[in-house]
Amino acid sequence: LAFSAVQAEPVDETLSIDGVEMTTRAKAQEGLPFDEVLSGWLFREAETRQLEADSFENPGMLYVERGEEIWNTVEGPAGQSCASCHGDAAESMAGIAAHYPKWDADSQRPINIELRIDKCRVEHMGLEPYKFDSDDQKALTTYIKHQSLGEPVNLDLAEGDMQSWWERGKERYYLRTGQLNFACASCHEANSGLYIRADHLSQGQANGFPTYRLKQADMVSLHNRLRGCIRDTRAETPAAFSDELMALEVYLTWRGTGLSVETPAVRQ
Amino acid sequence: LQAAAAPAGEAVPPDQVKFEDFAVAESLTGVPGDPQAGAEVFRDRGLGNCLACHANSAMEEELFHGTVGPSLDGVGSRWEPAQLRAIVADAKKVFGEETVMPGFYSLNVGANVAKDRVGQTILTAQQVEDVVAYLATLKE
Ligand code: HEC
Ligand code: HEC
Ligand code: HEC
Repeated sequence: LAFSAVQAEPVDETLSIDGVEMTTRAKAQEGLPFDEVLSGWLFREAETRQLEADSFENPGMLYVERGEEIWNTVEGPAGQSCASCHGDAAESMAGIAAHYPKWDADSQRPINIELRIDKCRVEHMGLEPYKFDSDDQKALTTYIKHQSLGEPVNLDLAEGDMQSWWERGKERYYLRTGQLNFACASCHEANSGLYIRADHLSQGQANGFPTYRLKQADMVSLHNRLRGCIRDTRAETPAAFSDELMALEVYLTWRGTGLSVETPAVRQ
Repeated sequence: LQAAAAPAGEAVPPDQVKFEDFAVAESLTGVPGDPQAGAEVFRDRGLGNCLACHANSAMEEELFHGTVGPSLDGVGSRWEPAQLRAIVADAKKVFGEETVMPGFYSLNVGANVAKDRVGQTILTAQQVEDVVAYLATLKE
């Protein structure tokens, strides 16, 4: 029977993108219930894996190109572009996104790349923050994260109050929500490697975001994905960039410490 | 059917279902379950969605059976209807708090339940009876 599916193990393959080898398996941080953390790439089918391995085929690269355009475009009353201050992103932004979310002393909370972009738009360019999940927000975020391709994820939890946000995120990770009564751990810890209907459950790592999702034929931001997983438990969905989701992003990103940034990853 | 707890048409409320020795002896509705209706509840993604987690060879024509739970082939030979009723109504009462199988007739749910689902069970009492009747047909 087609479905008497044998547990499909994550594949034992290496991922190279443009000649750069990605770390798709890393030693798990202390306290996690497994020895290795695994990129979601290892759980996808051969064709999907191949799309990510080849930058010419990867549909997410269109967003990287669009992001580069925005980077260089003057916008707003201050008459500046991102490049006016930061120059060539290949240099100024190299490796930066692998260490986000970061503590933001001004707002006294962690911020991710989306919020960091908004900060520059508002404070330096006289613009409004982006509307959540607008195409430009996704493109610019994808572009900046792509400048960290291959860089291992590593957060500084010693900054500001990061540790307490980590704690809060951990609590949220194990909190069962919704009518179906699932925690993140119900699917991504207890059952990773198994199938939930047609979906091969990964560890739910954040290192590939924004990711290109074939099912939606679009880029998907991390907070969009988290909202989707939470909605699937039949719970109320928290707002993007809310304290709840920022705490979860801090903790979730930490869980993937050591995995390469794969943006734009390709997922099913 | 023996001792029905509720007169036909009136369901036992979810918080009054009596679990004893990992079983619920009495029908939740007094109306015998309909195995055919139960098969539909089992299959329907918006109702039981049981295939999300369980393989079932009797539904071979459906693509993609999950592997999170055990195959339900022969489940009607392994468990009595009273035990199946307990498992479907509230699996946590049978397998413990840690099981990921949702309680289909239970108000012991997670935090922040979606507003339009508050106070509701996933399945109705009769749908549980129907699913139990269907499971009982899955013999070795
Ligand atoms: C007028 C100057 C200016 C403009 C225009 C500007 N930024 Fe910035 N940007 C800054 C300053 C100042 C910082 C803070 C540097 C620091 O904190 O060390 C910064 C920080 C950042 C960081 C964080 C870098 C790090 O090391 O963590 C990112 C990412 C960033 N900017 C992206 C952008 C993007 C994208 C745009 C365009 C939408 C933009 N910036 C426009 C001045 C600017
Ligand atoms: C009912 C099951 C279920 C629950 C509960 C769940 N997820 Fe998921 N999640 C999935 C499925 C299915 C996918 C797509 C396949 C995969 O990558 O695992 C997914 C994908 C993801 C991804 C993308 C992984 C990648 O490599 O692209 C992340 C991140 C994620 N989930 C995080 C979470 C977090 C955080 C929670 C809790 C707030 C959560 N999930 C709860 C089922 C679930
Ligand atoms: C999200 C996953 C999930 C869903 C959905 C689910 N189950 Fe389960 N089920 C499980 C797991 C896991 C077990 C094994 C018990 C354990 O170890 O926690 C189980 C066990 C069972 C058993 C006992 C099987 C045996 O042979 O011991 C039965 C019967 C059962 N489920 C029926 C159903 C029915 C009927 C539905 C739909 C109305 C359903 N399940 C939906 C996860 C699920």
